[in-house]
Amino acid sequence: MKSSELTLRTHDCKTLFEGGIFLSVLHFAILLPLLAAPFIPFLFRALKGIHTGWFVLLVPVTLFVYFFRYIGVTSNGDVVTETVRWMPSLGINFTAYVDGLGLLFALLITGIGALVVLYSIYYLNKDKESLGHFYVYLLLFMGAMLGVVLSDNMIVMYMFWELTSISSFLLIGYWYEKERSRYGAQKSMLITVFGGLSMLGGIVLLESMVGSFSIREMVANQAVIADSPFFLAAMLLILLGAFTKSAQFPFHIWLPDAMEAPTPVSAYLHSATMVKAGLYLVARMSPVFQESSVWLWVIASVGMFTMFWGSFNAVKQTDLKGILAFSTVSQLGLIMSLLGLGAAALHYDGVDDNLFMVATIAAIFHLINHATFKGSLFMMVGIVDHETGTRDIRKLGGLMTVMPISFTIAVIGSLSMAGLPPFNGFLSKEMFLKATTKVFEMDFFALDTIGILIPVVAFIGSVFTFIYSFLLFTRTFMGKAKFNQLPKQPHEAPIGMLISPVILALLVVGLGFFPNVLSNTLIKPAVESIYPTLVAAGQDVKVDIYFWHGFTPELYMTIGVILLGSLLFWSIGKWMGIYNRVPERLTLNGLYDETLVWSNKAAYRFKDNYMTGFLRSYLVYIFVFLSGTMLFTMWRLDAFNYSFSNLADIAPYEYVLAAVVILAAFAILFMRSRLPAIILLGVVGYSVALFFVFFGAPDLALTQLVIETVSVALFLLVFYHMPDISKKEERMRFKVGNAVVSVLIGVTVMLLSFMALSNRSLTSISEYYKENVYDLAAGKNMVNVVLVDFRGFDTLFEIVVLALAALGIYTMIKFRTTQRTKGEGEHEPKQ
Amino acid sequence: MNRNSNRVNDVILQSAALIIFFIIIIFSINLFFAGHYSPGGGFIGGLMTAAALVLLLLAFDAKTLTNVLPINYRIMSATGLLIALATSLHSVFFDRPFLTHAYDKFDLPLLGEQTLHTAITFDLGVYLVVIGVTMTIIQTIGESE
Repeated sequence: MKSSELTLRTHDCKTLFEGGIFLSVLHFAILLPLLAAPFIPFLFRALKGIHTGWFVLLVPVTLFVYFFRYIGVTSNGDVVTETVRWMPSLGINFTAYVDGLGLLFALLITGIGALVVLYSIYYLNKDKESLGHFYVYLLLFMGAMLGVVLSDNMIVMYMFWELTSISSFLLIGYWYEKERSRYGAQKSMLITVFGGLSMLGGIVLLESMVGSFSIREMVANQAVIADSPFFLAAMLLILLGAFTKSAQFPFHIWLPDAMEAPTPVSAYLHSATMVKAGLYLVARMSPVFQESSVWLWVIASVGMFTMFWGSFNAVKQTDLKGILAFSTVSQLGLIMSLLGLGAAALHYDGVDDNLFMVATIAAIFHLINHATFKGSLFMMVGIVDHETGTRDIRKLGGLMTVMPISFTIAVIGSLSMAGLPPFNGFLSKEMFLKATTKVFEMDFFALDTIGILIPVVAFIGSVFTFIYSFLLFTRTFMGKAKFNQLPKQPHEAPIGMLISPVILALLVVGLGFFPNVLSNTLIKPAVESIYPTLVAAGQDVKVDIYFWHGFTPELYMTIGVILLGSLLFWSIGKWMGIYNRVPERLTLNGLYDETLVWSNKAAYRFKDNYMTGFLRSYLVYIFVFLSGTMLFTMWRLDAFNYSFSNLADIAPYEYVLAAVVILAAFAILFMRSRLPAIILLGVVGYSVALFFVFFGAPDLALTQLVIETVSVALFLLVFYHMPDISKKEERMRFKVGNAVVSVLIGVTVMLLSFMALSNRSLTSISEYYKENVYDLAAGKNMVNVVLVDFRGFDTLFEIVVLALAALGIYTMIKFRTTQRTKGEGEHEPKQ
Repeated sequence: MNRNSNRVNDVILQSAALIIFFIIIIFSINLFFAGHYSPGGGFIGGLMTAAALVLLLLAFDAKTLTNVLPINYRIMSATGLLIALATSLHSVFFDRPFLTHAYDKFDLPLLGEQTLHTAITFDLGVYLVVIGVTMTIIQTIGESE
């Protein structure tokens, strides 16, 4: 009883009892997808006649409606906070926090989620696919993603963050029979989890500065963080997490391979939501870091280069999803660079109308737009794939006449992506170009000198974006029809499959004409969460989006993009050769593959050196290490001054018992066969049990006796299988080596026990137990109470370890026998 | 273990084992319940029960043991783990930290006043895990050729 309260008392009570223990409605909303997930396999099995997706659809639709109501709250600048205590003693509470930024993402996740689930109902065949798995992974992702964007506690956020990586891994590997799927799944997992772990490091550093895992606390103590010597390290570690997740150069290589996932997944995770978690993180952490010049430069330059590199590579792709994957990389880079440039707003000391905020406003606006046009394009590609059986643009062409609706969707999406009016992509692209030209006005962080590169790279990236956007729909829908080369005879998709992309395409057009629907409802609250200090200082975030700005630099840039883009598009055959200049081995993918192969080989070589398969080798490692560290520590701390003053007298029978133990132990060494050795070992064990009896430790004595008995029985069982004592064991060198090790460990343990006896600087913990065992735990047997109560956590984990060890032995032995009967089997038998 | 073919006459061992088995089992149950006040507890009780089962295993053979007691020991350890975990978790629902035990005194028929303590269910988990683990190991090693 109350054992854990003991440790709690030392902590501050105020933080402990903040929040309740029961989940609020908001928490239930976040966890609803996770709570619904376990029922999906049963529904799938029980109701074969109905596509499981219809049940799943209820979840995002409900949540979308639920979160929609929060718009009223956040657009007033208010926030909603609900706290549930989880591990208060460690400062980890599940604090749900809804502000403008979080709500924007929550609406994206549930809104796009609903459309994707609807689309998937027609995309995935209910009789052929294992929908039970698919929708569990999808719901897992949805819940995890909601958790990421609505958690205030960074450890909780980190947990959900990794859960998105895991669910993404499962979804990419959904068609796990395909080698490419497994490769892509592993790649995404390795890269994003690497980033996630770096981020965890950053979180721990931040916590050590502020003393809290809460993001709000970190924002409030921004000054403390900025003064810390670990400021830069924490920032870069957090950025590693964001860059890997959002597929920024050079970590973007996982995203194209993630396209092996079913298309609804690509539309959902790998363009609209999960890859934007990195953007979310950057936006969320902006208030903490954005005063630093490194923050601005790193994010802006990485984002800008990613934007260029993604669009440049998208042009050479032949797979429709490949184009979209690189395009997503490019667009993510664009938003990322805008978030970086947005930090400049803090250094603006004008009075009204902070013009530098335009970058952040553009980032948020483009984030929404990208979700709409890229979502519709992905779904369009899925339809083409579904109806023609291929996604290769070299085989496709001329589909315009047979698939008019898909063609319309493709044109709207592509033109919006290319940044042409009158679609929403034009508006945010204009704002992006405007933000890049603003660097000329920034007279800090060397932005007015090297910063000139920013609009230049933005321009080049936009040109390539223009080219691949046009390639996307011209190569698929226009040109010569080659229907006889297609695996299937193409025709328009069923109406259900078209609903979702049509809704998104309508949004693309609608937001193009009426962008200000979003201004005060979603964009302004989100931007305000990124600039808490400016809002507090009374600056107004003004969001007003319109088409015509007059003859501004950004308009000239757009016209330039269209002209140069068209020119390059028509002459594409002449310059495609530049893509073959880089040899395969020198690419980032080559580097990744080489690293994987090399590290695998190195690990095997290292392992084979010390994993001999002989238990005695492992015992030697353990003993030598233990003695080495122990003796070294004792020598360093000069801990050899023992005192034997307070020892009890030794009774005669104790001498006898000690003699028996020593004799039996020595006799083992000279036994020629195993049976007498085992019996002598038993003698040692039972004598030790007798010692326990003498010293008043009945529990230990009992345990020792039974263990001794059981282990002798175990010996008898394995006796038949043991080989004879080998020649090797007879060799002198071998014997001497073992003797040295055993003497070493014996001496170490002896010295250690002398030390434990003589240098008592602290009162023994057993005094505490003696006093409290009855009052706190209502028990009289101290040993047992310690086991089940005071140190119950230890026991809990010990029995887990025991059970795992037993399962390990079971599987090792059973697998060995099954493999022998089956012969060479590469696949491990399924349990 | 295939000892039936060249088996020595172990009538005495088998007859004795049948009686001793029950004595050990009863003693182990006693140890288990006595735990909180005098020497004993789930760990030692579980080991003792396992020892009794091992005695049967040695006196007869693995096949006979599984025929008489068709227990899946892996499931047994899993059950034990679940019981221990559930006991540890229960306090969370009463707004207490994880693994806080509860106890009170009750007047039970025949037994008089006794303390009931949630530690006993935790210990039951330990008991089951220890039996399960020991027997899983011994059975798998014993059965493998």
